[in-house]
Amino acid sequence: MAEIIKMPKLGFDMAEGVLVRWVRQVGEPIQKGQVLAEIETDKATVEVESHFSGIVLQHLVDPGTSVPVNEPIAVVGEAGEQLSVSSHQPAASSQQVAASDEQKAATAEATPTDNQSKTQNLQSEILKASPLAKKMAREHGVDLGTVVGSGPGGRIVRRDIEAALSQQSAVSSKQPAVSIASDQLPVSPAAEDTAIPTTKLRQAIGRRLVESKTTIPHFYVTHEYRMEALLALRQQLNGYLPEGEKLSVNDFIVKGVALALREFPNLNAVIHGDQILRKGQVNVGVAVTVPGGLLTVVVKHADQKPLRLISSEIKAMAARAREGKVKPEDVDGSTFSTSNLGMYDVDEFIAIINPPEAAILAIGSARQVPVVEEGQIKIGWRMKATLSVDHRISDGAEAAQFLQALAKYLEEPARMLL
Amino acid sequence: MNKEKLLRMYYEMVLIRRVEERGAELYQAGKIGGFMHLYIGQEAVSTGLIAAREPRDRVITAYRDHGVALNCGISANEVMAELLGKITGMSKGKGGSMHMASVEKNMWGGHAIVGGHLPIAAGLALGDQYAGNDNVTICMFGDGATNIGYFHEALNLAKIWNLRVLWVCENNQYGMGTAVERASAVDEIRQKADGYGMKSERVDGMDVMKMYEASQKAIQYVRETSQPFLLEAVTYRFRGHSMGDPERYRAQEEVKKWQENDPIGIFRAYLLKEGVATEAELDSLEEQAQAETDKAVEFAEASPEPGMEELFKDVYVEQDGW
Amino acid sequence: MARITMREAISQALMEEMDRDPAVFILGEEVGVWGGTYAVTKGFYDKYGPERVKDTPIAENAILGAAIGAAMVGQRPIAELMTINFAFSAMDYIVNQAPKLRYMFGGQFKVPMVIRAVGGGGRQLGATHSQTPDAIFAHFPGLIVVSPGTPADAKGLLKSAIRSDDPVLFIEHATMYQVRGEVPEGEYLEPLGKSKIQRPGKDVTIVTYCKGLELSMKAADQLSKEGIEAEIVDLRTLRPLDMTPVLESFKKTNRAVVVEEGWKSYGVGAEVVSRIYEEAFDYADAPILRVAQKEVPLPYNRTLEQAALPQVADIVAAVKEVLK
Repeated sequence: MAEIIKMPKLGFDMAEGVLVRWVRQVGEPIQKGQVLAEIETDKATVEVESHFSGIVLQHLVDPGTSVPVNEPIAVVGEAGEQLSVSSHQPAASSQQVAASDEQKAATAEATPTDNQSKTQNLQSEILKASPLAKKMAREHGVDLGTVVGSGPGGRIVRRDIEAALSQQSAVSSKQPAVSIASDQLPVSPAAEDTAIPTTKLRQAIGRRLVESKTTIPHFYVTHEYRMEALLALRQQLNGYLPEGEKLSVNDFIVKGVALALREFPNLNAVIHGDQILRKGQVNVGVAVTVPGGLLTVVVKHADQKPLRLISSEIKAMAARAREGKVKPEDVDGSTFSTSNLGMYDVDEFIAIINPPEAAILAIGSARQVPVVEEGQIKIGWRMKATLSVDHRISDGAEAAQFLQALAKYLEEPARMLL
Repeated sequence: MNKEKLLRMYYEMVLIRRVEERGAELYQAGKIGGFMHLYIGQEAVSTGLIAAREPRDRVITAYRDHGVALNCGISANEVMAELLGKITGMSKGKGGSMHMASVEKNMWGGHAIVGGHLPIAAGLALGDQYAGNDNVTICMFGDGATNIGYFHEALNLAKIWNLRVLWVCENNQYGMGTAVERASAVDEIRQKADGYGMKSERVDGMDVMKMYEASQKAIQYVRETSQPFLLEAVTYRFRGHSMGDPERYRAQEEVKKWQENDPIGIFRAYLLKEGVATEAELDSLEEQAQAETDKAVEFAEASPEPGMEELFKDVYVEQDGW
Repeated sequence: MARITMREAISQALMEEMDRDPAVFILGEEVGVWGGTYAVTKGFYDKYGPERVKDTPIAENAILGAAIGAAMVGQRPIAELMTINFAFSAMDYIVNQAPKLRYMFGGQFKVPMVIRAVGGGGRQLGATHSQTPDAIFAHFPGLIVVSPGTPADAKGLLKSAIRSDDPVLFIEHATMYQVRGEVPEGEYLEPLGKSKIQRPGKDVTIVTYCKGLELSMKAADQLSKEGIEAEIVDLRTLRPLDMTPVLESFKKTNRAVVVEEGWKSYGVGAEVVSRIYEEAFDYADAPILRVAQKEVPLPYNRTLEQAALPQVADIVAAVKEVLK
């Protein structure tokens, strides 16, 4: 019985998605749970899995097409099966008329397709790249097939990826940096202006944040935290953890924020017209830089999860986000967001609220500064965080109290282990 | 010797016999793994020897060590628990049959490499000499160990450095399955002391009283003269070299003949003849030994296995987890 | 800080520890009246007497067995093997007794002793007296294996080894006794089980120890003139092996060469390279190479011997190869 695969809804606010690429071609077998196609939503590129096992009988849309949620995109069934132009999707029927003929042709082609994919695999097997180059390519979205290797035997190595990356950024920068006006200095010819089409993600960020900044009355409160205890605890705990599972400062902040939110349900809320909807769950969003923009991955029930789990979840979700393989549940359902620029040596900054949430916390770097303690100047570790709040939901005093509550966790971090 | 001490010796000999008989059963039931070497038949050697030491005198022996451990005062519970590989064994179940020791009881181990502990015994005595005391180190080993280089290096060192070691060779006639005369250049092990200018004596190791007297004399000599001494105890093991020994190397008649010469039987006859104890008193001791053995098995069976945290513990003193 | 030789640094460490702790004594072949075959214990016999500087027969089992026994009852013996090649005669004590006594008896015993042994080739002593078999000993848990590459480390590590409650095999190199370096006077301890960056750099990581350090430092100077900055990580202790500085360096440079004097097969380099691949695979930008002794018993003839031993030029070539 042939089954129709529809454009899935991959988030509460998703209306449509662009079919980027068919991963399984017509005529190829597919198992339930295997990836059929990649689609781009407002937030990310995600993989669509087949809910059925069988042969891909038909693609109903071409790559690049924008498809509303719940519209059919493909048909999966048994080999040689006649498509019953099913009654449950009349809208697609016009496209399905020729389906059976096409499908026959596709079945006949199945063997050559297999061979072709084998040839491609073979080619990719002999693509030589160092482990480091492969990792960098993965992280920066560089297609290794487009890079020429300069290492022994044509191996792609770090310098090749760096060259590819600097070429990319050279192309995107409008003017070469020529700061000194001097006749002696050879001035390289100005590069041509380059038009870069905005990605779906860029557009979505723009749309949402324009909406946020223009419709939400933001106000901001900053608090400075004493970080010695947290940094010491982190070092101690990391001593027990294997490489690759170490806790970041941000993992502690996520946990601390979640615990503080439990005490301030009004900030763990969304606005709905005249109503403030206080959320039952504490789901903390964490902004992650991805190629072409940023995504907020969500730690569900962050108030109830141990630090180690929070850490591993963020690591996994962030890795998927960077690879453009984010799962819908990774980015859905946050009740409060955080943005951390601590790794970039930032003193403090303010963030724009992620609507419809009530607030967002912007976290700066933990840094060594002179502090006054008992009349003495000492060296201390301090970190500033700024809360942006929707004034329709809350006021300055509550925001300040929330930040104080957060101090309780960040400055006495053992509480987070309870 | 007073009655109490004599009866104590009798009790220890019976206890060794009972514990090892139960050990053999548990081994056959698959509850004890690895190698297990029984002391049955040789009880008089260790019992007489260790009865003659002062508590400050150190004892070190080879892998046939259950009897020595019991004579040194390690409890039957700990011995049985170690055999079963339990955390309550004196070596936390990590040593097994061949590795029983107790610093508290001045018992410095069963050692499993033939002859390997002889230079270490010299070292224990060197440590005492360096510390300026007159403790004696009693080092027990089999006839088989006297043909390996360690024996000669250790005896030589003990002599040139005047170390207080009483070397006790338990000549049970076979190094595993090879008879002494097929493995050793001299039939009497004590002759080997001559090459090192060391005094020696040969004693009947089946008679605990003779063993006790010879040991006492030897320990006194070592302590007072600060000279090593080699004591050869002639004995016989009634069981195979280790569990599963087919014993093709000796005739059953030979084993039988020696068994008629059972050291426990000899000592019992002596105690009765000398009027030290009555049949009833000795029977009662045998019952007590049986009861202690039963309790030890119960204790060992009920004890927990060592936890996984023991796996990496005690590899190093200072940095567990290195 | 004084500039002294490796020999003086080791001698200083021994003397300071003997002065500090009466439980420390030395035993070994020709350590006393002769003054040590490498003159490390020269003058000790006169200063401390025959009780604390004990000449032994040429009987390695007796030497090490006696040291183990004395250590078990609370002394802190330092047993000297005239060369590490004689360790094979007493292998049982080094790998089968000392490292196992604590574990096997459930933690009842300590064996606080040091075995000092000199190894290494390059002096035309022929195949049986020129070996660098360090890796064999580092195979056994329970033993600590230390092999310093500078006079300062020799002093600091030996003092720590003498104070350690675990058995330590301390391997010196026969051609390095005359190497000079700055050595802090008096109380100076270096921790066992810690690798150390001996030269910072950014382009390539050289992992090495003992004689390999001397060679690698010279290679790094040459490479520097060509604009290549090698970072040198000195392992110092082979067991327990501290990989942290190695991994940190490798994550920075992405390229590495491991230099050792022993044979390549199943050697220190094999261990280090495996660990790098296990723990930092994604940081490798080129295959890691090993520089080690040729796979032959070391010949007597000087030219052949030098050809078999790793040289500065081999290290320079290997570094250039991994930087391709």
